[in-house]
Amino acid sequence: MNKTKILLNGLIKENPTFVLLLGMCPTLGTTTSAMGGLGMGLSTLFVLICSNVVISMVKNIIPDKVRIPAFIVIIATFVTILQLCMQAYVPELYATLGLFIPLIVVNCILLGRAEAFAAKHTPFESFFDGLGIGLGFTVALTLLGSVREFLGTGHIFGLSIYPEEYGSLIFILAPGAFIALGFLIAIIHTFKTR
Amino acid sequence: MLTYISIFITAIFVNNIVLSQFLGICPFLGVSKRIDSALGMGAAVTFVMTISTIVTYLLQSYLLMPLGLNYMQTIVFILVIAALVQLLEIIMKKIAPALYQALGVFLPLITTNCTILGVALIVIQKNMTLLEATVYAISTALGFTLALVIFAGMREQMSLSRIPKAMQGTPIALITAGLLAMAFMGFSGIKIG
Repeated sequence: MNKTKILLNGLIKENPTFVLLLGMCPTLGTTTSAMGGLGMGLSTLFVLICSNVVISMVKNIIPDKVRIPAFIVIIATFVTILQLCMQAYVPELYATLGLFIPLIVVNCILLGRAEAFAAKHTPFESFFDGLGIGLGFTVALTLLGSVREFLGTGHIFGLSIYPEEYGSLIFILAPGAFIALGFLIAIIHTFKTR
Repeated sequence: MLTYISIFITAIFVNNIVLSQFLGICPFLGVSKRIDSALGMGAAVTFVMTISTIVTYLLQSYLLMPLGLNYMQTIVFILVIAALVQLLEIIMKKIAPALYQALGVFLPLITTNCTILGVALIVIQKNMTLLEATVYAISTALGFTLALVIFAGMREQMSLSRIPKAMQGTPIALITAGLLAMAFMGFSGIKIG
């Protein structure tokens, strides 16, 4: 398979958030601001690329029966590396994302890609699959974060668009996450079926 | 005693795990088409969460902390939870086949349910005692079940009504969940003790 096709497949055709509806917990939980969404997306992107490449390299050594636990250990290792690095270099972002960083381990996107793609393809292809799916996730989270931040506070990435007192606070709070994502998916459905 | 009641009420209503902390969204959207399967999933989660929280809590305080292996937390916890779910499945099959019949299909789904790992990590972050952690785990799981059952009831009704084409399926489910979350926000501000 050629690598542009793999990349676009993850970014658009099999977008993990809008099409496959995987990894909903971090999608809703970390997108109170565009920055939070971007941070979470990039963290997942890092773990996804690393785990995809390593899994496709060791896929022939691991016996079939214990492959799922083995995949989970590989993913958890990279999550731990990410946790330690983030604590050291970007402590504010780590504090904002909080519990959702260790919870990348149970994000269905990672195990899903490991099982569906990395276990069957070469490390090179798996790298591009990780990049595509990870970027798709990042774009989706940043988009949702921007929409919520814009409607809620009138900012995008902290840049003021309209005065804060006109924003509707509900979009920053829990119900707004569900409603904003619901409308985004509905809009995308409309464009796709046209 | 008052602390335990407070933990109980807070975890179920004020800080509901699904509707205000965004954990366990996958089963919340996936297993909520019918009320009886929602109840089954809730019961399975309650069972696993209580046991896994106690086990991971003990491991953390008697193994990881004394040995200074805190950075191994994520790996150890997820492995323990995965092993525990397998073990429970085998034990239940032998000892309580009726219970296994009812909950069996939901058990494999639970390993990747982030509420289980989430709660195990939260009780350690908040420095709870073992008893507090157990009460917290049970009440969080009850809160999860409550949200799931209410939502399943709403979706059963919704399947009878006509919905615009673009909104069908996930979008309308998410918006309904948003309205439900809004209703649960009415509980915020309740304080006991």
